[in-house]
Amino acid sequence: MTDETKINITPGFSCPIPKSEYDKILLAHGGGGSLSHQLISKMFLPQFDNEILNAQHDSAFFTHGKYTFAFTTDSYVVQPIFFPGGNIGDLAVNGTINDLAVSGAKPLYISAAFIIEEGLPIEDLWKIVLSMKEAAYKAGVQIVTGDTKVVEHGKGDKIFINTSGIGIVEEGIDISPKNCKEGDVIILNGSIADHGVAIMSAREGLTFETEIISDTAPLNDLIGSVLSVSKNIHVMRDPTRGGVASTLKEIALSAQVGIEIDEKEIPIKEEVKGACEILGLDPLYIANEGKVILFVAENDSEKVLLEMKNHPLGKESRIIGKVTKEHTGIVVMKTLIGSKRVVEMITGEQLPRIC
Amino acid sequence: MKFVDEYRDLKSAKVLTKQIEEVVTRPWAIMEICGGQTHSILKYGIEELLPKQITLLHGPGCPVCVTPLEQIDKAIAIASRNDVIFTSFGDMLRVPGSQNDLLSVKANGSDVRMVYSPLDAVKIAEENPNKKIVFFAVGFETTAPVNAMSVLEAKRRNLKNFSILSSHVLVPPAIEALLSSDDCMIQGFLAAGHVCTVMGYEEYIPLCEKYKTPIVVTGFEPVDILQGILMCVKQLEEGRCEVENQYNRVVTKSGNEQAKKILSAVFDTIDRKWRGMGNIPKSGYALKEIFKDFDAEKIFDVGHLEQNESSLCIAGEVLKGVKKPVECSAFGKECKPETPLGAPMVSTEGACAAYFHYGKNKFNAVHTDLVK
Repeated sequence: MTDETKINITPGFSCPIPKSEYDKILLAHGGGGSLSHQLISKMFLPQFDNEILNAQHDSAFFTHGKYTFAFTTDSYVVQPIFFPGGNIGDLAVNGTINDLAVSGAKPLYISAAFIIEEGLPIEDLWKIVLSMKEAAYKAGVQIVTGDTKVVEHGKGDKIFINTSGIGIVEEGIDISPKNCKEGDVIILNGSIADHGVAIMSAREGLTFETEIISDTAPLNDLIGSVLSVSKNIHVMRDPTRGGVASTLKEIALSAQVGIEIDEKEIPIKEEVKGACEILGLDPLYIANEGKVILFVAENDSEKVLLEMKNHPLGKESRIIGKVTKEHTGIVVMKTLIGSKRVVEMITGEQLPRIC
Repeated sequence: MKFVDEYRDLKSAKVLTKQIEEVVTRPWAIMEICGGQTHSILKYGIEELLPKQITLLHGPGCPVCVTPLEQIDKAIAIASRNDVIFTSFGDMLRVPGSQNDLLSVKANGSDVRMVYSPLDAVKIAEENPNKKIVFFAVGFETTAPVNAMSVLEAKRRNLKNFSILSSHVLVPPAIEALLSSDDCMIQGFLAAGHVCTVMGYEEYIPLCEKYKTPIVVTGFEPVDILQGILMCVKQLEEGRCEVENQYNRVVTKSGNEQAKKILSAVFDTIDRKWRGMGNIPKSGYALKEIFKDFDAEKIFDVGHLEQNESSLCIAGEVLKGVKKPVECSAFGKECKPETPLGAPMVSTEGACAAYFHYGKNKFNAVHTDLVK
């Protein structure tokens, strides 16, 4: 350890707990909203403090020799573990692949760690394993290491999966909020809120005329083809927890730009819209698992859009907005009735309305 | 989507906005009574489309917001018991009581569950015969019938372990309280469409006549609200005051007779304390004596709990429409949706939360003090 990297810790001394409004963890701390951000900014970042982490990308970037690698991790606790369009297994594989892909990396290897509750039917585990195998195969990655732990009945919820992944970033690719510029065009590859609404409908036992299916999918192939036609992709993000609204707000803040989007350009499936009306949810804040938001230099936007539309996962791609010089750090949306309003980050969990 | 898209339509909105501009000749202050309407107004930026002469005042029609502190404290006291499964609609879980909220109680290990319907709570009661299941029955006339149904259903199934903590409030007495207060600035009302779906609008006619104030029963989509405003402004400009029904695709004059029958069978009308507004005569529902075995307040002996409001919060003035949320010194600083000082910052239908969530403080110029 060199002098610069030496960590200054006095034995027996521990840092005071950072001030927080709550003395216990609430579900909302994991909701991807402002309470989650408080945990990260007040507890994790200052204590784990280092250059790679502080960049706060979807993946951590590090170089070895002349190569740049991306490294990411994510845990999956979805309930129910089987839902229309997928299960916790392919979700866990796709999610980590997508975190790497939106960082501009080509995913190579992933790990899979299972925390299983005593009593889980072997048949369920088998289904999960097979779907993970298929997801990895489809995305062209290998699952190369793993771990299994079993906890007593009642001490877990059927199965939790953690996946980590490593990818390689090709030379010349630089995806980062700092590249975001006035005039950048914002592209989305299809309808929003499918995953979150599919899960919530399954959880609540709601059925609709048309089944709502999760959009879980690996985005690396779509992103790979986009990167092959344009070197001017400035930012990419997969709008998972917190949805499109929270993702755009995060980018506006970290890139210090203004964002303007047009509500009528944001595609939502009829059945998803209907479910959101019933449940009192705002689709802008609902999780997606197969969607990507791209910030592209204006000159390249048309060819990127065309390339995306030619890909099976991008047929519904649309320009949903642009980057502005005004209202730095603020996302403004032109509403369906022609007025404008601010789009904020989600706070806590989205709770269903009562009347 | 049918019955939604046509009421969120740019063209219709433009036509209505133009008509409002043509009709209005001087400043008017109109209150939308319902939190659902407040939410829509902010979500769709409706104020921005209106002529400057029109000020919208945001009324006390958010049941989460007006549930008094002591009622939350009672809920927390009951929910903290080991023998109880406490059930509630999602919104109520985050409302701060005098010490903490129901989500914190849940984090501390109590069994607090969010349900979509009180009938789900009845089902939980049936499945858990060794526990006492309590449902937090909050809401206006809209949710009251289904909550009343849950009591009838529990009785029918002969359940001895189900009860409700009734905190129901009623709209017309609140309108009367607002109109009769000295600092009232309200010149016209948009009444809450869904409340009138149940109750009809007959009971608004005497209010309208007594206080010479137009009342327009209005829906919740942006086009509904713009049309309600147009109808209200027309009345004001023409010097009329009537009860009109914009939401006639859903609301009838006499309402839902079946639901009203259930309400009068299960509830008595009582005086009720409203958060930020104080005691309003005959403004709430409590279970009738014959249903006392389903009354959580009686079963758990929490009737004595009383609490006063935080002095920092101006929720009362906000709920009466006297002040806008952004006029509060704590707005967006000490008071945010994560750390609400008062109830209007908790529910998405609360005026303060809607202002915060839709960035009213950051982007739009607020036109206040137009009507004085």
